Amino acid sequence: MSALSQKRHYIQVLVENRFGVLSRVAGLFSARGYNIESLSVGAGQDPDVAQMTIVTVGDDHVVEQITKQLNKLIDTIKVVDLSLTPFVCRETVMVKVNTTTRPEDRQEAFRIAEIFRAHIVDTSPSTYTLMVTGEEEKIEAMIGLLRPLGIKELVRSGTIAIAREEVKPSSKTARHESEITA
Amino acid sequence: MVKMTGAEMLLECLKKERVSQIFGYPGGVVLPIFDALYKEPSLSVVLTRHEQGAVHAAEGYARTTGEVGVVLVTSGPGATNTVTGLADANMDSIPLVVITGQVPTKMIGNDAFQEADIVGISRSCTKHNYLVRDISELPRIMKEAFYIARSGRPGPVLVDIPKDVIVDRAEFKYPETLALRGYNPTVHGNRWQIRKAAGLIAKAKKPVLYVGGGVIASDSHAELAELVALSKIPVTLTLMGLGAFPGDDPLFMGMLGMHGTYAANMAVHHCDLLIAVGVRFDDRVTGKIAEFSPHSKVIHIDIDPTSIRKNFRVDVPVVGDARLILSDLLEDVRKIRDEDGFSDIGEWNDQIHGWKEERPLTYRHDSEVIKPQFVIEKAFDLTGGDCIVSTDVGQHQMWTAQFFKFLRPRTWLTSGGLGTMGYGFPAAIGAQRAFPKRRVIAVTGEGSFMMNIQEMATVASLEIPVKIVVLNNKYLGMVRQWQEFFYGGRYSSSFVGQSPDFVKLAEAFGVAGLRATRTDEVEKVLLKGLSTKGPVLMEFMVDPEENVFPMVPAGGSNIDMIFEAPARPSEKPSRSSKKEKDSVITA
Repeated sequence: MSALSQKRHYIQVLVENRFGVLSRVAGLFSARGYNIESLSVGAGQDPDVAQMTIVTVGDDHVVEQITKQLNKLIDTIKVVDLSLTPFVCRETVMVKVNTTTRPEDRQEAFRIAEIFRAHIVDTSPSTYTLMVTGEEEKIEAMIGLLRPLGIKELVRSGTIAIAREEVKPSSKTARHESEITA
Repeated sequence: MVKMTGAEMLLECLKKERVSQIFGYPGGVVLPIFDALYKEPSLSVVLTRHEQGAVHAAEGYARTTGEVGVVLVTSGPGATNTVTGLADANMDSIPLVVITGQVPTKMIGNDAFQEADIVGISRSCTKHNYLVRDISELPRIMKEAFYIARSGRPGPVLVDIPKDVIVDRAEFKYPETLALRGYNPTVHGNRWQIRKAAGLIAKAKKPVLYVGGGVIASDSHAELAELVALSKIPVTLTLMGLGAFPGDDPLFMGMLGMHGTYAANMAVHHCDLLIAVGVRFDDRVTGKIAEFSPHSKVIHIDIDPTSIRKNFRVDVPVVGDARLILSDLLEDVRKIRDEDGFSDIGEWNDQIHGWKEERPLTYRHDSEVIKPQFVIEKAFDLTGGDCIVSTDVGQHQMWTAQFFKFLRPRTWLTSGGLGTMGYGFPAAIGAQRAFPKRRVIAVTGEGSFMMNIQEMATVASLEIPVKIVVLNNKYLGMVRQWQEFFYGGRYSSSFVGQSPDFVKLAEAFGVAGLRATRTDEVEKVLLKGLSTKGPVLMEFMVDPEENVFPMVPAGGSNIDMIFEAPARPSEKPSRSSKKEKDSVITA
């Protein structure tokens, strides 16, 4: 039927910015047993529209169903699986680290921040709060290096993604393109 | 312009949508709506005795008329009691608008009296739902609700209206147009795909039409009949599709799937082209999916893009309205026939005829003990199929699907996807309300009937002349059958035993009651029951251990049908000792 290879997909969903719409989308994923790795929502250019980026993992067959099911929601205006085209994705993370476990930790945290171009957005005598934006590997690498210092708290924004150039939209009107190639 | 209340406005919206029948149950917050209804002669209300009954009645009304069924209930328990009906309509694509009252906007979230978050609860079992937050939104929401319910793949839409919106006043203006940028169902099939489908049809040597409820919902039975007349392609129907093609046509193979005919399942297994129209490859149809129709190319016509490739591979998907697609397809098929001709499928149809002869639907007749299949056959013979039939869920449902020949669409009401016991009798009420002059028969079992038996009061008080056929085998028959076959004959909680005296119970409700206990009484009781005016209950004491055959054991391949009970290992309790135990329970 379809390749059973599990792949990560970045799906952009434009929805009506209405009461309950987030729970419709989240409910769809839970009711049908789809994964959500991350979900971020915010108002779009048009305040009546909300923009979601959903990161999900599944084989081609599952992801095809996810995009179709998202399209089926009455409040969904447009669904684009960014993974089919060049795109940029970023996540922001804030990490509060201990800087007093070992004497050299304060210096070390500062160095790591510099290497990863993180900002120190808050400080106390015993902690730094680092904020960094990047792709997943960069963020994971930084967290890995900070871990020996002792992470007190870690907050992630969820990934947001945008196409690098004009995307062929798998919008409602064009969503049956797959028919033609089938 | 004069101002009107939300309640009055709601009724105006219903009138604009050409609604004349509502099924419902009053309660606290919707009293202003019922008060407005009291003064509105063009909207008739059937008071059911349970909100679930109201939703199933609306489903029966919708399925037989093709219109949107309308339900009106109160907040809290009134609303939550509609959930099973909503889920049923959602699975079987039945257009409904269900209006629920809600506590006043300011009290939402405060655990107010009779408050339930029905919008949250019903989100996953409706096509869409709304909470009306201001009276100014009400006309737009009602218009959208009806449009969404009946267009695309039809389904239930719930509209939750808080008390303050119901009593608030505003000017009424019904919108002329809709602005739903996120909802624009595809109706016209892709011409290129349709041409490809026609090409496959012309070349196929062993084609099969696998047709479902979508053909009924889109009223495309005439186009289907034309396609069959032109191509001689044999037809199998799903449970929801029965009536989409005449049950007495020589090219009809019967239902397919778990309790489908031998011929239909063999044909689907061996075909080289499967033309699926208005179906969704349900697991009860396909059996073990990996072994379903393994040699075929697949054309799948459906209005719901999510149905396509959800469960099964497809070679030529065509999204859109089945009626429009079939009529385009006919055009292309005709063109190909005139230009290049068709492959001859005479041999294939001979083979199917052979399968039909080899293993027809059958049962062992008994001159003493009533066989349930015999009752269904007799009901068909006596009515000539000229009636609307509803069923509940279980063995009686399968026997009716197998042995009653449905000749026309919209004459068959059953709960397919959700399998809701308690669906059939209220659905028959809705159908009878839509067609007061037609004969409506509700076939049920003593198990299912108990799930909405309170609606006997509805038919009695409104003199709704539904004919109820209860096949009483003293067991939850389908459960018992599975326990006999797959659970070592351990009839755990499936023995009903002492049901109420249904005849006396009917009489207590004000419904005529009749009973047959022997085979020779069946015809007499049916004749008397069907010719009696008003609602009638006919109880048939049938063979308690009769089974539905053929059967594809769950998870099995469709060609591994069984035609008799599998042999039981010796350590299990013998049937006679089991019977003794049963009689002990009864006593």
